[in-house]
Amino acid sequence: MNCVALPRMSSKTHSSNNIAHARRTVQQLKIEASIERIKVSKASADLMNYCSEHARNDPLLMGIPTSDNPFKDKKPCTIL
Amino acid sequence: MVSASQDGKLLIWDTFTGNKLVAVPLKSAWVMSVAFAPSGNLVASGGLDNMCTVYNIKAASPKTLRELDAHTGYLSCCRFLSDSEILTASGDTTCCLWDLETGKQKIIFTNHIGDCMSLALSGDMNTFISGACDSLAKLWDLREGTCKQTFSGHTSDINAISFFPSGNAVITGSDDCSCKMYDLRSDQEVIGYQDTSLNAGVTSLALSNSGRLIFAGYDDFNCHIWDSLKGEKVGVLSGHDNRVSCTGVPEDGMGVCTGSWDSFLKLWN
Repeated sequence: MNCVALPRMSSKTHSSNNIAHARRTVQQLKIEASIERIKVSKASADLMNYCSEHARNDPLLMGIPTSDNPFKDKKPCTIL
Repeated sequence: MVSASQDGKLLIWDTFTGNKLVAVPLKSAWVMSVAFAPSGNLVASGGLDNMCTVYNIKAASPKTLRELDAHTGYLSCCRFLSDSEILTASGDTTCCLWDLETGKQKIIFTNHIGDCMSLALSGDMNTFISGACDSLAKLWDLREGTCKQTFSGHTSDINAISFFPSGNAVITGSDDCSCKMYDLRSDQEVIGYQDTSLNAGVTSLALSNSGRLIFAGYDDFNCHIWDSLKGEKVGVLSGHDNRVSCTGVPEDGMGVCTGSWDSFLKLWN
């Protein structure tokens, strides 16, 4: 479970504020702890699949041939 | 492309020619974030003025549409959902969803205990993620206003955050000199990206279209490229003379742009 550090409480804070704050923190932690989780093996497999399925649509990964590069410096004459 | 600089200008560029298309003078020069609406009609900026100012750039001359003024701390990040809604992250530790038609806050997202530094919207716009100086990344339900998941592991401020393109994972960059990938469905860190020779904080990051490459801007003046699946460094973009403060990849994935404290924006591919 992920642990969240509780913020420091000033000793001058009224004790009922402390309790209310601590209750809200515990409530939030309970919500976060109760979510459904999948296995990391499945999650990693899905990430790898996503990358391989989309690799060919990734110009930065595959490289861009100079002729198709929209950012290259324009020559003075272009053939329309 | 839109950029803003602490010289007090917001600029809109044609990235193919390098020409400036629109210049918007900023009321406050201390800008920390800038955003483009998906429609291209609006841009937003904000920073130490604690406000997010939205401009209509399609008008004959750029007009201030709204000044969103309610945060009690600096504006670190802003992202448009549409021409009528924008999300902001602030040094006051909250994120906020605003209605641009009324200029009022719709939902305030509270749970971080440190300055919020960065946010990213999910593709389906039902959730967003935030990174903060409490070293945590949080996933929020945009409509309910609640924090759904919290990811820990970083040991210092998270400055940059982005969704993996599948929407199932989140990449963070931190002052602890590392990046991490957290998987949302298994609710944990799955890979860390760090190198003993890299002793500089991560300021910004962007992913290539397939998610395989992570472009991370560092305080060491470089943008280092990581293989997101292998956790290895595969390249570096060197050329800036000062800290790389922002990094971005356009929708068509045809390049990566880095912005730096050296006042230059460089486009790489």
